[in-house]
Amino acid sequence: MASLNYDGIAEIVDTITSAREELSGVGAPLRIVKLDRRQFLKMTGAVGGGLMLSFTAPKAIASKGASAFQPNGYVKIDDSGIVLYAKNPEIGQGVKTSLPMIVAEELDAAWEDVTVEQSRIDQAAYGMQFAGGSTAIPINWTALRRAGATARAMLVKAAANRWNVSVDSLTTENSEVIHASSGRRATYLELANEAAALDVPNGDSVPLKDPSDFRILGRRVTGVDNEALVRGEPLFGIDQTVQGMKYAVYQKCDAIGGKVKSANLEEIKAMSGVVDAFILEGNDNAWELLPGVAIVADSTWKVLQAKRALDIEWEETDASTDSWSDAIYKAEKLRHETGPRVVDTGNVDTAFENSVKQASGFYRYAFASHAQLEPQNCTASLKDGKLELWAPTQTPGAAIMSAARVVGIPPSSVTLHQKRCGGGFGRRLYNDFVCEASAIAKHVGIPVKLQWTREDDMAYDLYRAGGFHQMHGSVDENGKITGWRNRFITFTNDGSRPVSGGGISPSVFPGGLLENVRVEQTALEWKNRCAAWRAPGSNVFAFVVGSFLHELAHTAGRDHLEVLLEVLGEPRQLGPRGMHTGRAAGVVKLAAEKAGWGWELEKGRGMGVAFYYSHAGHIAEVADLSVSEDKKVRVHKVTVAADVGPIVNLSGAENQVQGSVVDGISTMFDLAVSFENGRIQQTNFDTYSMMRMPSAPEIDVHFIESDYPPTGLGEPAFPPLAPAVYNAIFAATGQRARTMPISEEGFTLA
Amino acid sequence: MFRGELSQGVIVTMNVRINGTIRALGEIDPQTPLLWVLRDELDLVGTKFGCGISQCGACTVLINNVAVKSCTYPIASVGEAEVTTIEGLAGSDGELNPVQEAWVDLDVAQCGYCQSGQVMAAEALLRANPNPSDDEIDQAMASNICRCGTYVRIREAVKTAASQLATDVGGGA
Ligand code: FES
Ligand code: FES
Repeated sequence: MASLNYDGIAEIVDTITSAREELSGVGAPLRIVKLDRRQFLKMTGAVGGGLMLSFTAPKAIASKGASAFQPNGYVKIDDSGIVLYAKNPEIGQGVKTSLPMIVAEELDAAWEDVTVEQSRIDQAAYGMQFAGGSTAIPINWTALRRAGATARAMLVKAAANRWNVSVDSLTTENSEVIHASSGRRATYLELANEAAALDVPNGDSVPLKDPSDFRILGRRVTGVDNEALVRGEPLFGIDQTVQGMKYAVYQKCDAIGGKVKSANLEEIKAMSGVVDAFILEGNDNAWELLPGVAIVADSTWKVLQAKRALDIEWEETDASTDSWSDAIYKAEKLRHETGPRVVDTGNVDTAFENSVKQASGFYRYAFASHAQLEPQNCTASLKDGKLELWAPTQTPGAAIMSAARVVGIPPSSVTLHQKRCGGGFGRRLYNDFVCEASAIAKHVGIPVKLQWTREDDMAYDLYRAGGFHQMHGSVDENGKITGWRNRFITFTNDGSRPVSGGGISPSVFPGGLLENVRVEQTALEWKNRCAAWRAPGSNVFAFVVGSFLHELAHTAGRDHLEVLLEVLGEPRQLGPRGMHTGRAAGVVKLAAEKAGWGWELEKGRGMGVAFYYSHAGHIAEVADLSVSEDKKVRVHKVTVAADVGPIVNLSGAENQVQGSVVDGISTMFDLAVSFENGRIQQTNFDTYSMMRMPSAPEIDVHFIESDYPPTGLGEPAFPPLAPAVYNAIFAATGQRARTMPISEEGFTLA
Repeated sequence: MFRGELSQGVIVTMNVRINGTIRALGEIDPQTPLLWVLRDELDLVGTKFGCGISQCGACTVLINNVAVKSCTYPIASVGEAEVTTIEGLAGSDGELNPVQEAWVDLDVAQCGYCQSGQVMAAEALLRANPNPSDDEIDQAMASNICRCGTYVRIREAVKTAASQLATDVGGGA
């Protein structure tokens, strides 16, 4: 077998990245995004200052005259009620509720009348179905409004025909068509049969509501699966069972790239309940099927015991020897050397020469694991050349392609049932677990549920890469920032481009804001797979640039808030996909005001502010905390101001922000993954310990509901948290911490 | 009748009392964690697997009203105790209990994976201490991780459930 190939994933990452970038601003120029040709995504550019998106509407599933009224893939109305279909994977970002809310709004259904179901995976019909890049709301906003409005228009037409009145004389409300002048009313259910017989109008021609008439959007709506969740009903991938199913585990080499030389298969096969044990070669693709030993048994417990009894000899010639301590050693040297420039605007050298004061700092952040709470699992059944999958994945379309490749059948022979995901955070963009389940099902010829342990999940994660930044900046005699240099040392898996989330683009703060900016970027080779982790890139860059901006403000002897607003400058749009500095200043001012910025604080208490623009969201956060003599940090309160346009589900939106703040604190304080001899040093939640409830602060969330098109919230509230807290710790103690997690500098959560 | 009968060394058969019903287990390794008995043998999949080492609380169930991590609790140790899982909280008419109801009303869940464990931990707390202080809530719930970070809402939901319980009792219902 050749050594591992890391290219296979590019299609997923590029698709999501380009979808996100295309969406991440207003006034984007008209162009077709380079997306997979199988997907019928069409994007059109700015109209009236707003980004408009349209998709081919999923075709009607029921034929005309059938009893169910199903004008498109999102709406079905029959005697049993109104069913709305949620097209994208639910990973905790709330789309199974928020996307159907958009349809219900234009349908003018009463939300209480609606039942939501997960749609089938059918990208020819629905366009891209995935969870990533905080894109679900912006990508689907217009298409879903049209889907609801189309259904509504047909119901109105059916009522007009029935009563022999004009369409214009009718209104709708709460799942009813109303003829006000005669007092006649008909429910959508009553009209469904007649509506089903009508031609489906062109979605572009149906009128959409004026946002001031919205009745559902902007409300607090509880998640559609909440009741099933608290009843313990099966929803997640791990809850899946199929007839005749057995339980499988798959043991890979702890150092990625290792191959199986031999294993005690006979001994394992003799164990109680074990059905089979065998070696899989892998397919050389680092993101699909690594070599390993599979065991299939009667129950999860038996298969886990058999896994523990495995004795495998590995061939590790090509295996990873990644070492975090070695990377630190190399970075310590590289930070003194100039690297290749990826951004170079103005003249940084002159700025430094002409400055009155300079500051520098060496920042470092560790690798991190996704640690989504539901360990990877997938149920697979291969019968007569047809593969059926039940998968908690963020990218069902890519999962089908990969599984088809691994099994050696065409993608059209694969059916994937989308399961609710117990967390995603980017981990389930990659479908290695789906490939493994598929290959095991093929080998044993019976349906299997593959179950990873937590230890598997930690050891074979696709990590958020660590990184190092030697920062240098200057201020002039007026205390204005004049020069900014970011010497970045990152990682590469494929030997050419930085890992996903490990590359700085010119738009990274303060790109476009300061005159003289230079970014140098050097990548260290790394075999352990690194990939997208909630708000890729932004989740670490915000820490560095948001902290260093404060360092420069301090060097200038000025208030951080004042300097931040000065850097943002006049209200303007930075490039087609960049931030709007007016929206940025808006959230910064609001967060500062709500947090009470500028108050006299007692000794040991401090406030810190940070702003970051990512995933089209403008978010500012202020942390208010106390630090004890022994460096115990009590975060009292985090105030967040966010501008993501209009809010779809207020409850869900707040939940995303609150969760991002908690995730932010958890990650910056204590979460680190380290490697020696190619192997991860942490094994489970005892050595990778996430924050618990007693440390959770009060979180005060404010939205500026600007008129811009709505954008996503799964990611952008995460990045500003870390710099806000680091800056507050500096304010409280005078100590500048530059390492993440900060526990490596002795600060721990009280 | 609840004692397992040893047959062939490590395999036993036994009965367990779960959610008010006696369930018979076929031949089973007495060391099997309760978690996997619930999930694989009894089709009660509301109890979740997160870590397998008593760290995350996703597998929390009640044993005689006390919160227990079922991933490390051998089935043999259950004996005659009453096991309550998330599936056993709602009334016989299907009505949600006050803790479940607070969780739905306050839209606590994000991914929802930790939440049955959180609900069970809250249920155990309120059975032992119907009127917990903020500190007592924090301490009791510290046994459970929420990766999505819903702690603020969990805290609120426990308080809401507690005050609902107080009203129910006060109303003489
Ligand atoms: S699965 Fe039992 S505590 Fe995590
Ligand atoms: S809601 Fe996802 S882990 Fe708690």
